[in-house]
Amino acid sequence: MEMKSVEKKSFFKTDEFKLFMGKYGIGVILFGMLVILCIVEPSFRSTRNFINIAKQVAINGMIAYGMCLVITSGGIDLTVGAQLALAACLLGEFIMKREMAILPACIFTLAITTFLGMCNGLLIAKFNMFPFVVTLSMQLVIRGLAQVISNAQAISMTKEAFKNIYSGFVGPIPVPVILFLIVTVIMYLLLHWTKLGRYILATGGNEKAAVASGVNVFWTKVLAYTISGFLSGLAGIILTAKTSSAQSNLGIGYETDAIAACVIGGTSFLGGVATVPGVFIGIFIIGCIYNGMNLIGVSSYYQTIVKGAMIIAAVLFDKMMNQRT
Amino acid sequence: MDDMLNRSDYILNVDGVSKAFGGTQALKDVQLHVKKGEVHALLGENGAGKSTLMNIIIGLLQKDAGTIEFEGKPYHVKSPVEAMNLGITMIHQELNPEPNMTVAENLFLHRESMKGKSFFLDKKAQNKRAEELLSKFSTPYGPKTMMKDMTLAQVQMSEIIKAVSCDARLIIMDEPTSSLDSNETDHLFNTIRELKARGVSIIYISHRMEEIFEICDRVSVFRDGTYVGARDMDGVTREELIHLMVGRKVTSVFPKVDCPIGDEVFRVEGLCGNGFEDISFTVHAGEIVGLSGLVGSGRSETVRAIFGLDPIKKGKMFLNGKEINIKNPRSAIKKDICMVNEDRKAYGLCLFRSLRENISLPTLPDRQRKPLINQQREKEEVATVAEKLTVKAASMEHNAYSLSGGNQQKVVLAKWVMASPKFLILDEPTRGVDVGAKSEIHTLMSQFASQGMAILMISSELPEIMGMSDRILIYHEGRLNGEFSRQDILDAHVTQNDILAKEFGQ
Repeated sequence: MEMKSVEKKSFFKTDEFKLFMGKYGIGVILFGMLVILCIVEPSFRSTRNFINIAKQVAINGMIAYGMCLVITSGGIDLTVGAQLALAACLLGEFIMKREMAILPACIFTLAITTFLGMCNGLLIAKFNMFPFVVTLSMQLVIRGLAQVISNAQAISMTKEAFKNIYSGFVGPIPVPVILFLIVTVIMYLLLHWTKLGRYILATGGNEKAAVASGVNVFWTKVLAYTISGFLSGLAGIILTAKTSSAQSNLGIGYETDAIAACVIGGTSFLGGVATVPGVFIGIFIIGCIYNGMNLIGVSSYYQTIVKGAMIIAAVLFDKMMNQRT
Repeated sequence: MDDMLNRSDYILNVDGVSKAFGGTQALKDVQLHVKKGEVHALLGENGAGKSTLMNIIIGLLQKDAGTIEFEGKPYHVKSPVEAMNLGITMIHQELNPEPNMTVAENLFLHRESMKGKSFFLDKKAQNKRAEELLSKFSTPYGPKTMMKDMTLAQVQMSEIIKAVSCDARLIIMDEPTSSLDSNETDHLFNTIRELKARGVSIIYISHRMEEIFEICDRVSVFRDGTYVGARDMDGVTREELIHLMVGRKVTSVFPKVDCPIGDEVFRVEGLCGNGFEDISFTVHAGEIVGLSGLVGSGRSETVRAIFGLDPIKKGKMFLNGKEINIKNPRSAIKKDICMVNEDRKAYGLCLFRSLRENISLPTLPDRQRKPLINQQREKEEVATVAEKLTVKAASMEHNAYSLSGGNQQKVVLAKWVMASPKFLILDEPTRGVDVGAKSEIHTLMSQFASQGMAILMISSELPEIMGMSDRILIYHEGRLNGEFSRQDILDAHVTQNDILAKEFGQ
């Protein structure tokens, strides 16, 4: 008690301010973006546009959550883009060629992408290989698999019931938005309310300390990649329904947007630091950049530049607010 | 004031220096006067401002107010390189050598020998220059030895040689002995005396009182960012220094409370592993067993293996008389065996996670059986333990990084107290911890023992081993080489010298 002098208190205030900005600063930025876009572009303001944004971000959002877990465990998953393509080609094969029912086809697809995610995790955790190298190589393997399955030909997904996964509604809300929200809630609980979440944070934060605290680091890592594989598969199903075409060149560059959403949302590349609400906001910031700039009429080339600059700005902001000196 | 009369006797004069971080006043109007060719100790608890002042002197931080004079001239530097060029070097506590560099490459880093004016390195000339330097200090390694093949003491020595070769007139040593055994420490002290003879001044930061009395000429004491006073080492007592440092009298540094010793809790028989061989001992309930020995004698290796961090080659372990098999720390924790590692930053804490998450991590599977963590209960449990261990933190939601060394150590202890172990291993429990926190940790150890916990403690500080242990086991080159009881020490049958003799294999 005698520690709390007047000076110390004012120090804690600034400390708490930094904690607040470190935690919620990204929300403030999103809010600012929304306000500016609403003023500049009237068509941005409509409810329909907001629902539209939510629908557009659903695919990247799911990948980003998986990516967030993997980065937080101290790794990276570069296979997500290829996983989308593989999911698409599997669906094309199952539904259009073998005329399987939609639900079992989706379940099979998910099982395969999940299994491949687990393979990533096993290779990384068992043999202690660099996640970057493992997933960079696995990405080639998976996209190759997609090409083998599809024979590098696009299959048109003509089944209405399947296309409804993207274009359907539950009440006024599009199906992908519903799925995205469900995944968000589950991921929030997973990272912040379960032991697995704690273990992922601890493993990425300090692997040696996690081991010495009795954490099963092996399975923690494997599960992080497995979940990433599952979520990529789910995103792949939605993407295939959106494009109504199954082809092996889908999803190229999707890992960039996912990583961007994580980083903007405060996920540390050193591992061990991440929040799901942060990533949620990161996902929407990326979505608003695309949507807002499309409405204003900025060319997509400039959008790419803005996105890159945003990532750097986010990392810089994070550095300043969470100074580790 | 004598320093006013003989200003020229002083190599470094720091006056009225202040520094604030945000709203925290880290240094308030402090002074420090170091004479030419003296070893000047800087004493103070963690957070007293010693590091801040040193960082200002070597240019890592900038002062807000005050003056610094070095060799009679105003001194103001913006980087360690600039400080080095002016003649001030710091040997940091945690040395981070480039593992794949040779000794010579490391010695001449940033000032490599070149072939004429070309861009090419002249390795031959560089190795020759290094050879000359090393021979002056009669080192057991040559210029081509890889840094990764050297012991910490050798790396430190090469840093000192580097400083001397840069013509440093003032060398700051931050806890230079924290990872040295007593043999290496003696060697370091000889080097320090040599430097002194050459007229080099040394600022010596350490928590180990014995060393300060052994090697230092004068001492300046800091407390809470202020300068408390300076004394000549001749004529000052240990109690007086502690009193200056903490502003209160610490009656006993090692308050081991005697408590009845119960049944056998843990026993090893013929344990062999990497770095130790044929180790057998028992630990009883309520007993603190101290493991003493030189660094590298196999003490830490033994407990790492017991806790499942390293493999065991041969031997048996028993808990409460039943043979157990420990594959990894998880299985050890399940059997109520816990360990505080000697390296709390590497093995103890996730520095960028909250105190709450750090403290509850090992006990999550035990205390939180439902799929979702009951955060309310977790908060309460953590708060209770933190209060019991007097962890000083603004809240349990702060990062472990923001705490001082002593408080971090208490957080690590809290982690394991939550697990209420039957057998607790403490590897250097008070390393890098200030005097106040140290005595609090010792009090806690006594408390745990009186609650029936069996404790195995490793310490490189003989007074700590002698003050806290009910029994002392002595390691020499991977084997047990003797045992002393508390009674022997209380009756003064056994002295520090006897223990040291055993450690050196006699």
